Amino acid sequence: MLDVNKIRADFPILQDEAYPGVPLVYLDSAASSQKPLPVIEAMNHYYRHTNANVHRGIHRLSEEATNAYEGARERIARFINAADAAEVIYVRNATEAFNLVAYSWGRANLQPGDEMLITAMEHHANIVPWQILAEQTGAVLRHLPFLPDGRLDLAQLPQLLTEKTRLFSFTAVSNVFGTVNPVKQLIEAAHQVGALAMVDAAQAVPHMPVDVQAWNCDFLAFSGHKMCGPTGIGILYGKRHILEAMPPFMGGGDMIRRVTLEGSTWADLPHKFEAGTPAIAAGIGLGAAVDYLTHLGMENVHAYEQYITNYALEALSEVDNLQILGPSAAQRGGVAAFTIQGLHPHDIAELLDKDGIAIRAGHHCAMPLHQLSGINSTARASFYIHTTTEEVDKLVISLNRAKKIFRL
Amino acid sequence: MDESIYREQIIDLYEHPLNRGHLETADWSYEEDNPLCGDVIRIDVKLDENQRVADVAWSGEGCAISQAAASLLTEEIKGKTLEEVRSFDKDELLELIGVKLSMARVKCALLSLKVLKAGAYGMPDPEEMRKFDNPQ
Repeated sequence: MLDVNKIRADFPILQDEAYPGVPLVYLDSAASSQKPLPVIEAMNHYYRHTNANVHRGIHRLSEEATNAYEGARERIARFINAADAAEVIYVRNATEAFNLVAYSWGRANLQPGDEMLITAMEHHANIVPWQILAEQTGAVLRHLPFLPDGRLDLAQLPQLLTEKTRLFSFTAVSNVFGTVNPVKQLIEAAHQVGALAMVDAAQAVPHMPVDVQAWNCDFLAFSGHKMCGPTGIGILYGKRHILEAMPPFMGGGDMIRRVTLEGSTWADLPHKFEAGTPAIAAGIGLGAAVDYLTHLGMENVHAYEQYITNYALEALSEVDNLQILGPSAAQRGGVAAFTIQGLHPHDIAELLDKDGIAIRAGHHCAMPLHQLSGINSTARASFYIHTTTEEVDKLVISLNRAKKIFRL
Repeated sequence: MDESIYREQIIDLYEHPLNRGHLETADWSYEEDNPLCGDVIRIDVKLDENQRVADVAWSGEGCAISQAAASLLTEEIKGKTLEEVRSFDKDELLELIGVKLSMARVKCALLSLKVLKAGAYGMPDPEEMRKFDNPQ
């Protein structure tokens, strides 16, 4: 098992106090993870020693910057087992990855009456781009419902996923329920009706081994900042032949082969989708994050998260009138969204914060999921490689104290 | 630790809200939500013949801060004129709440005032309305 104390020493922010005399208990990694020192230093080193634009200069610095940035892409490709680094497109975040596919693939391929399928447990990033696309193309957006325990209602899949469906886009792991969806099965089902499959892996890539070739997904999206990397960088993975057939997303420098005032031709993958000077330091930082996680071993990361999540679910179940959303521990990732009768999630988060505990309160960018569950908002604790059982114990103590303040 | 934002009065108001409910006959009703948290507040206002607030009721769901603020605000505006309601300042409400709030929680506190003012401004100006009654 991972040595959690050794890991904690890698994260400078975990050495800080939330308030004087109050240690920080960071249980909001599902919103954005903290950064270990090697990631911070990789970006720092770039700015201090190799800062220059990429893919342009003949000088030493530009060459070093390009090598670091493109080297990171190759390691990220290996991390998700992409067949080729050219299939790994740098974007700002998972949200941009969905928008890229909707804008480029969607506008070129969808006709009125075509259908797209998502699920009712999606993050807004995997809902709104398709709604905009549906409005602009006349395509129809459908959704697969979930069961009361937060698992997808697979019995309804055959009616919803049909030969009309052109794209099935779904999350690998719900950011609220924590549900780990049967990704491979869903992708196979999409392919059987001739649809493309896109996976929201924002809550999967940071937490478990992901192999895009084993999944056989057509597109996959994730964000750097949820996996120990910096903000401002994310990845769109796409199968080469699909990406090659797609028109560019944004026009500008770096994405062209040749420009005349009459017209232009496009650069090869991955640069066709990467107009303008990119987030170079962030790409290098994400490469360092991938190195860090690879060194820990994603199997180990996953096993530790399973352990700490089981511990947390058990501990939270001891709190009276606390309802945890989502399926049993065996089928979930490291998030626990919950409600406490008589205590609003905002008040829970505020009172926990006074004890140095950072959680998220609200709808977690999944309003349809909350509406369908009949609740306005939830409190959410999320766990990562540095979460200790002592921290989970503190969470429970603080929740009980919050209840007491509210005379519950 | 300092838990002053959850002082007794706030918890009391959360448990026993003032002016909670609906008015049978209101001069205006307005409802809005805070998209960040999904909280929603509706306020019904009834004016008397002098255009003063005769009765007011609020309903909705929210955190202790937004709920306490709605109680305090509705209590405060009783008897005030439409103009006074329209010009009611957010700092007055924050002072009534009387606890130091973080930026995020100020939004919770001010949701009821936003709803009240939107309703007050949405209502036609009585002077203007009279002109329609006696066209010249």
